[in-house]
Amino acid sequence: MIDVLDAVKTYGEVRVVDGVRLALPSGGLTSIIGPNGAGKSTLLSLVARLVGLDGGRVLVDGLDVTTTKSDVLARRIAALRQENHLASRLTVRDLVTFGRYPHSKGRTTPEDLEHVARAIEFLDLGSLADRFLDEMSGGQRQRAFVAMVLCQDTDVLLLDEPLNNLDPRHAVAMMERLRAAADQLGKTVVVVVHDINVAAYYSDHIVAMSDGAVMFEGPPHAVICPEVLSDVYGLPVSVHTIEGRPHATYFR
Amino acid sequence: MSLEIRPTTTAPGPEPSTQRPPSSATPLPPPPTNRRPRWILIGLGATLLVAALAFMTVGAKGSWDFVLPFRGTKLLAMALVGVAVAVSTVMFQTVTDNRILTPSIMGFDALYLLLQTTLVFSIGSARMTAIPAPAKFLLESAVMVTFGVLLYRWLLSGRRRSVHVLVLAGIVLGVFFRSLSSFMTRLIDPNEFQVLQDAMFASFNSFDRSLVWLAALLLGGAVATAWALRRRLDVLLLGRERATMLGVDHQRTVGLVLVVVAVLVSVSTALVGPITFFGLLVANLAYRIAGSHRHAVVMPVAALLGVLALVAGQTVLEQVFEFDTALAVIIEFLGGIVFLALLMRGDKR
Repeated sequence: MIDVLDAVKTYGEVRVVDGVRLALPSGGLTSIIGPNGAGKSTLLSLVARLVGLDGGRVLVDGLDVTTTKSDVLARRIAALRQENHLASRLTVRDLVTFGRYPHSKGRTTPEDLEHVARAIEFLDLGSLADRFLDEMSGGQRQRAFVAMVLCQDTDVLLLDEPLNNLDPRHAVAMMERLRAAADQLGKTVVVVVHDINVAAYYSDHIVAMSDGAVMFEGPPHAVICPEVLSDVYGLPVSVHTIEGRPHATYFR
Repeated sequence: MSLEIRPTTTAPGPEPSTQRPPSSATPLPPPPTNRRPRWILIGLGATLLVAALAFMTVGAKGSWDFVLPFRGTKLLAMALVGVAVAVSTVMFQTVTDNRILTPSIMGFDALYLLLQTTLVFSIGSARMTAIPAPAKFLLESAVMVTFGVLLYRWLLSGRRRSVHVLVLAGIVLGVFFRSLSSFMTRLIDPNEFQVLQDAMFASFNSFDRSLVWLAALLLGGAVATAWALRRRLDVLLLGRERATMLGVDHQRTVGLVLVVVAVLVSVSTALVGPITFFGLLVANLAYRIAGSHRHAVVMPVAALLGVLALVAGQTVLEQVFEFDTALAVIIEFLGGIVFLALLMRGDKR
């Protein structure tokens, strides 16, 4: 589904993504973890064609993201970026409706409105649908942006730190929803997360990156182990099994 | 936070409401139909009609055969300039992601002055007035379009996209062009300077009437392109990255928008002269009253406001002040105050 073939991205002298080779299958939830500056977000941006490649190729569904027309890709890949600043004043419903643009080209149909209503409902934003984004909390805004991404109704969802600004309750709810998107709607979900245990609990597959390269990848129980994590983060990490699941602790 | 998470979403496992619209559980109220934009447009249109009628008829002395075509041409020029300035400002602010910069603030007016001064300085006012008006008009427009496209492309491409850099570049270029013009005005004959001074303020009294139809043709094309781009402009409001994700070719669209903006600003400036703050005034008023973020609403509202301000202002100027002052002076004064107020409030919307 997503094939990253020796992807390279450099900023000046720094190779932020340094020859990453990765093949993610269709369906399921993949988490990308790693320390700051590991190139996680850049890798996600490369797949989402938000940043141009300096080397290698990225294929989504067999389509090269550099050469395929943007509006074709917009019906296959949706991405959430980290910052959610907006210059103009929009309501939640306005924002989510933008998610239909790849399908409607701005001429919203009743079917589009149904998608919008479903996405708003899915993110529990029903009571906030007609509020302005700049009058909402960071967490609420974050959910509105996720609703927009879901509304795009693509097979691939790329989310850069979807748990930003969310309290534990909403963070859990968000991960449950992404899980549901993968399990019930058959989406391929890729998230960048900082919380190792969130990754361990909710992912089918974990990719651990460091210094622009993929260090390890595999199912949670293979990646969430002291040797791998200590190596990736450069920090002693111990892993305990709680209720049959690996749990990393790293406070000294 | 007042939100309730339903138990089904907090418990792991299947969530039935995700597959289909929640028809039985909690039906979402239908989106409220927003009637405000329509009423605003109707209201503005009606007011404009009244203002235009007043402008055409009030205080008419002498034969209608003279008054109507005379005032009609003036009205057309005001309509063209009002629409061009309003639409170009809205488009420019959308692609630069800010609400305080206008294309004219970005050194355009200063360039127009420099162009006029250079002409007077190099060939003299006598020979300048000898150039056929359409040729001079097209030349001025072409130079400014070229300058505008190059400047905006340079400023908005690559990583130098911050508003601060834009403001700085605009100010620096403006000062540079103004210094060049004022240097040349010091060297020219005082009589020549008189000719030049007429070009320094926008005026609907002294523009060349033979150019109105040519300008209408150029501006009509640009406005039609702007209208065709309206849905893509909406998406550009979300910023470069989100627009790309939604399948809008950002670089190409912004490039096209900037060409349209450059044509609109250049042609209207070449027709009547520079109006610096006018666009800022009508665009920001339009955002406030339009009741929608959609360009299909904001652009017409801004355009109507623009024409209305010019027509009403000119009527007052002619009938109340009896031409004692210039329309541009009134507009610049009000526009300048709005600009300061926006800066003081730190309003980035």
